[in-house]
Formats: sequence, C-alpha cells, structure tokens
Amino acid sequence: MPEYQTHEHDVLVVGAGGAGLRAAIEAAAGGVSVGLVCKSLLGKAHTVMAEGGIAAALANVDDRDTWKVHFSDTMRGGQYVNNWRMAELHAKESPDRVRELEAWGAMFDRTKDGKILQRNFGGHRYPRLAHVGDRTGLELIRTLQDHVIHQGVDVHMECTILSLLKDGDRVVGAFGYERERGRFKVFKAKAVVLATGGIGRAYKITSNSWEYTGDGHTLAYDAGADLIDMEFVQFHPTGMIWPPSVRGILVTEAVRGEGGVLKNSEGRRFMFDDIPENYRAQTADTEEEGWRYTQGDKAARRPPELLTRDHVSRCIMREVKAGRGSPHGGVFLDIAWIKSRIANGAEHIKKKLPSMYHQFKQLADLDITEEPMEVGPTTHYIMGGVRVDADTQMSNVPGLFAAGECAAGINGANRLGGNSLSDIIVFGKRAGEFAAAYAKTVRRADPNPQQIEIVAHRALEPFERGTAGEGPYQVQDALQAMMQDLVGIVRNEPEMRQALDGLQALRARAGRVGVGGHREYNPGWHAALDLPNLLTVSEAITRCAIERKESRGGHFRDDYPDKEKSYATFNFIVRKGGDGAMEVARAAIPEMPAELKQIIEEMK
Amino acid sequence: MAPSATSATSATFRVWRGDAERGEFRDYTTDVSEGMVVLDAVHSIQAGQANDLAVRWNCKAGKCGSCSAEVNGNPRLMCMTRLNQLDLSKPVTIEPMRAFPLIRDLVTDVSWNFQAKQGIRKFKPRPADSPDGTWRMAQVDVERVQEFRKCIECFLCQDVCHVLRDHQMFDAFVGPRHLVYAAALEMNPLDTHNRTRALKQDRGIGYCNITKCCTKVCPEGITITDNAIIPLKERVIDQLYDPIAKVFRALRGGRHV
Repeated sequence: MPEYQTHEHDVLVVGAGGAGLRAAIEAAAGGVSVGLVCKSLLGKAHTVMAEGGIAAALANVDDRDTWKVHFSDTMRGGQYVNNWRMAELHAKESPDRVRELEAWGAMFDRTKDGKILQRNFGGHRYPRLAHVGDRTGLELIRTLQDHVIHQGVDVHMECTILSLLKDGDRVVGAFGYERERGRFKVFKAKAVVLATGGIGRAYKITSNSWEYTGDGHTLAYDAGADLIDMEFVQFHPTGMIWPPSVRGILVTEAVRGEGGVLKNSEGRRFMFDDIPENYRAQTADTEEEGWRYTQGDKAARRPPELLTRDHVSRCIMREVKAGRGSPHGGVFLDIAWIKSRIANGAEHIKKKLPSMYHQFKQLADLDITEEPMEVGPTTHYIMGGVRVDADTQMSNVPGLFAAGECAAGINGANRLGGNSLSDIIVFGKRAGEFAAAYAKTVRRADPNPQQIEIVAHRALEPFERGTAGEGPYQVQDALQAMMQDLVGIVRNEPEMRQALDGLQALRARAGRVGVGGHREYNPGWHAALDLPNLLTVSEAITRCAIERKESRGGHFRDDYPDKEKSYATFNFIVRKGGDGAMEVARAAIPEMPAELKQIIEEMK
Repeated sequence: MAPSATSATSATFRVWRGDAERGEFRDYTTDVSEGMVVLDAVHSIQAGQANDLAVRWNCKAGKCGSCSAEVNGNPRLMCMTRLNQLDLSKPVTIEPMRAFPLIRDLVTDVSWNFQAKQGIRKFKPRPADSPDGTWRMAQVDVERVQEFRKCIECFLCQDVCHVLRDHQMFDAFVGPRHLVYAAALEMNPLDTHNRTRALKQDRGIGYCNITKCCTKVCPEGITITDNAIIPLKERVIDQLYDPIAKVFRALRGGRHV
C-alpha cells in the first residue's frame, strides 16, 4: 500500500488562478472548510500573465454600454455556439465582480472624474476593459490572493492532482503529490472545483507556461464528465516571434487598443483588406476613422486591427504565406507611429504599455516607442472544457464543479479579449457558492482505496524504468511539434487523421517514459506525469476538429473554409466510453429565450 | 571583449546541485543561440543532461517572479537575464537564493514570505463614496500605490536584505517585500487601518538601515527604499516619537495609533 498524507475539506478547489481563488473565497464565505491546491506557489498562476483588462459593462467611459451590448458582443464573438445562459450571467454579473475587487484593494486606472477607467478591445463595441496599465492580471490575482489568505482557507502549494476519487457516481476527493518531497496526498472532500486553466503546452508555440497541460480537462474526463467545444482553440494573433527563445510570449491586444496598427512587409495595413460580413457595419472605413475610435471619438467605428482574435490570426497567416511577412515569419505591429499624432507619444506609450515596453527592451533589444514589433500567432486559450450547468457550474458528475478556462460554454467558438478575467471571477464565484451549498447537502464518503493504489502505482512507474526509458521532455516536444503542425491554426482532414495516428504512437512512447533521481522536487518526473493529460486533451481537440466539417471562430479548416449553418445548432462533446475509448457526440444547443434573441437582433 | 551569445555556439554553466544537507557546483555545457536567457540554458540542460534538475519557473516573461536565482553572484530573474549580457568565456554560475533554506538545486523554501504577509492587517476601505458602492480616486493617488503593486513577489529584495540574509532575523523583520506591501496599503487612499505601531513593534521596520540593496535588485524597478520604506519610517517617527504631534493629536482627539 503506498504511503500518503490525508487532508479533509468540505470543498477542495484545484487551481489557484483567478477562478480558483475566487471560488475558494466564495466557498469559505458559505461557511464550509476549504482546501486550495496550487500547482505552483500562490500567486504565480497564469492569471498573472493577463494584460489588457477585465471586460465589464460599467459604462464609465461610454454610457451607451449595458449588459445587453456585452452579451451580444460575446455571442457574436463566439459565433453563436456559446452557452447563451452563461453569456447572459457573465454580462450581467461582471460589473459587480469588478467593483468587488476594488472593495478588496484592487487599484484600477481612473477616469478624469475618478471612476474605473475602461479601454477598447477586440470585438467589444464600447470601451469596456477595466485595467491597470498592461498588468491587469497581476492586479487581479494579487487582490484575490491577499484576500484569500485571511479567509481561513488551507492552501496546499506546489501540489499536483493526478486523479479525482469517486464513491459510486459521485466525486469524493482527489489524489496527488506535492513537489517538495514528492509525497502523495489524499484529499477527502464533499465537492471538488476544478479551476486548472488551459492546455497551451500541447502546442509548440504558446503563451502558456509549463503548468497548462490540460489537467482539469483530463481529471474531469477520466472521472466521467463531458467535455465540450474542444475543437475551439484560440491562437492569439500577437505573440513575440524573435528571438527564438521568446517565441510565443504574449503581446497584449491593448497595443492595438491604444492605436497600434498591423502592417505587412510592404507597409500596408492589411487588416482593411478582409472584414467579415457580420462586423462590417461596426468597422472603420478609413485609417483616420480607426484612429479616432482609439482616441475615444464616439462617432467613429473601430479599426480592423480590433476584429476578433481568430480573424486577425488568420489574416496574419495569410500575409506570411503570401510572402509579405516580416523577416522572422510574422508581421509588424507598430505603436511608435502614434508619436506623429499625440504630444509626448513615447512617454504615453511607456505609461499605457509599461510591461510591453520592458518585455521588448529586455528580451528583444527593441524600443517599441521607436520601432515596430514583429508578431505572429501563438496558442493562447482553449474555449473548450468541462461541460457545466450555467448557473451552478456543476458538471454531469455529482460533486464535480469547474470554472474558468477549464470549463466551457461562455466563449463558444472564440473568446473576446478581456472576457476571460471577467469569466473567472463571475463563474469562480458561482462555482464556489454552489460547491459549498452542495457540500452541505451530502455526507462525507471515503474514497476507494483500490483506486488510490492503482494511481499511486502508476505514478511511480517512470522511476522503475529509470533513465533507460524514453525522456519525458522528448515525448512532450514531439507532441507539441505534431499538434502545432497538424492541428494548428489551419486544419484539414488528412493532417488530422495523421495526428490521430501520431497520438497513438506518442501514447505508446509515454508509456515507456523513465526518469532518474528521486521523488524530491524532480521536474523530469513531473513532466512525465503531465504527459497523459496532454495526450488526452490533444486527442479531444483532434477528434472534435475532424468532426466539425466547417470553419467557425478559432476552428479553421482549409478543406471546409466556410461557416455551415447546420453546425450552428449543436456542440461537440467528448466523453470516455465504456471501453475506455474516446467518444464524440453532438449536443443540441437549447432554444434561446425570446428576450435574448431580441437583444441580439437589436444589436446587429 | 568577451564573446557574446550571438557568436558563441556553446557555453558552460556551473549549476548548484544538492539539497539542504549537501551540494556542489556541477558544470554543464550546452548550445546557446541568439536571444537566449539563463532560464533557456537551464531548460536545455534539464531536457538533455539532467532531467531532475530542480528549478521553479512559470511565465518566462518577467511577470510571475518564480525563477529567482543568483547568476554570477547577482540576484536575478533567470527568464530576464540575457546570455549576451554575461561573459560566456568562463562558466556562468547559477545558484539558488542564499537567504532562504534550500529545498533542492535552484529551488528554495520561500514559505516564510507567505506567513509574513499574513501577519499584516489586510485592506479595509472607507465606506463607498457613491450610493452604487463605488469609490472615486484621482489617477495621481492611484499611481503612487500602483508602483508598489507592480511587485511580482520574486523575493529577490528579501534575498539581498542584510537583516534577512546575513542575520537571519526572520522572526523580527518582515523584509523589504512586505514593507512595500504595507506601504501599498498605508498609502491607499481608501484604506482605514493604521499599521504604524505594528510596523515598528512586530514587523521590525527599524532594522532597515537604508542600504538600498533591495532597490538595486528589484526587477520591476520599484524604488523600494525611497518610496516605500522611508515614508513608512517617517510615519513611525511622526506618530510614535514626535512629542509635539502627540500633543496635537491628544488635543484634536485624533486617531490612536
């Protein structure tokens, strides 16, 4: 029998980014005991990387903004396959969640009359993003972190969950290891909230850190939960591309929100060349009008650089493929040009985009107030995730909740920038609230000891094979390269079929992975244990992407380049079949209530 | 001039390997290319030569503050230290932060920092300014505090602080990071707590003798000593030592500190 420490909580929250922290705070407020597991140290989760802002219809800068406009923007951005109830709740509740952050100590940038300032962002009709320069995510995570440490929550830092534990149908805990000593831990809980973030590490070029290996997606899938929308991966249009070691690091959309423009090697603003029909009425006709929009002219429409991320990414790919790219295979993003339009332009850029200024100065020897940046698409976010009830965030497995990036529904086929920081606080709160309420209604149950033994044994296998086995990093690299090439921004059937074969081969290699050394803080071992998760989410992405024979949002196929009406009525779900094989099914999108339909009609 | 990373094709890194009981520097030679940072070299060593080399990192963009270490003796974020800033003609030493207990290789036990923060009274705002529960603040007041809120909690300032590093006075002094945290709270225009007495008695602000080592290593460029610690020290003196101010406060019935 493997040795392990046991911890007991009413609610166990797995993940300590914005969604996990917000869930833990709310669950604790519900009067139950809460455990919070972080894969890294507290306050280091990927939320810290969010730059541009939090979308909420506060109407501080433009009083025409309301939840209805935000709702319809979110649905349009998601190409109408979103969970409309989540989009509605999100638009209605995000202003309160943002104001709550201020009550907990967040310090947003201000308007002239002292209110929270809001900025323009892609796909949002009005300036809607509450922000702190370009480090909004840091402000959000620090505010929640500094609040949670006074709420009586037990924090388990540098701890990774390997499996959810069940009693019959219901989730009753989780099993994992702590990094420092490599010891196993069993968490007994009446409810578990997954808030583990994304899957970016399945791709070679990504803005995500090592942590984002689809843990929550896989834990839920293995426990019998449905995943939904897995084909929809967001490739952010502007990642750094040079030098090679920084490839993929995010360049915030706020650069474009502040007036930055995209140009090809011929100096042309190519975004004007292809404006999708459903955005034409909202997009500027001229460069001059676009500039006036970024400077707050309410009569002007937004420049095409602020179209949705899926579209901008594809336009960049088109320019590069047509031979009009920048020297290192991207395009140019120019913010320096605004110096010709505003006094003290260089100072203005440094003030509005301080981290971008430093990031390029330090990592690329480039002064963004003088020269254009070279940028290209980077894997950034997955719209797909655990299928949850919109109001409670509970999955189809009793006792299992999910919130934030690892849950799905709100974003549909494409997420608008700024909607993830609002998503995590709106649905993090809901998940915590309903998990606590659920925990009060059920009795504690003991996890199955056999299940624990199986998982623990499997976790130690890489040591048995030792350094004679396959290297974990080599398998991870091969997976990332394959997903990038075959299931990336532009997809087609033959390549994705090839990827399915490749995944099978990689699964076999992952089964032979071996590591040296011992269990104490051994990153090789940790990388080996993350591999099954990466393989599961990669397979889910590939299988759903094959089934969706059209192009929509983040999912683009060159063998089916157009949107198909018939695909707008359902979502693809994946679940683990009885024989352990992955099954793909269709779930009809419920009929939207008349009042929501009317809102969408009015905002067209 | 020393060869830069752009011209060299390989370089040697002298990396600390070991745990709390014993350890040693070990040399690893690995390929280097244009634009690489120290963390890239560590990853390359980890992937090819030492799978179990322990290192903390997350964002690789200077935003999360996880990969703090001492590179050629200088406290740095490994992800923001370019190889072309280093002399690659001799081995580059990479060792863990020395002020904190070692866990393994480049990873230290920084848990004390999280406990120290918990001891500082949390933010408590004044009643809302507007019936909708919101406040009004001027950008200029916000900016003063935003400087402190840029902190990414890399703990490099704690690592170089003499009081912590050389004298190991973790029980008596919270260190520059948490004085910055306290300053952000104290200077927040909405906050209503007064932490002055606690800063003196429990958090040991008097131990800081303003050598500014913390300010020099801050990767976020926070002017820790001048903008955070000295103003807090002045508050301590004004509120706890100034006899004239004391009399005034007594007469006016001011806030007890």
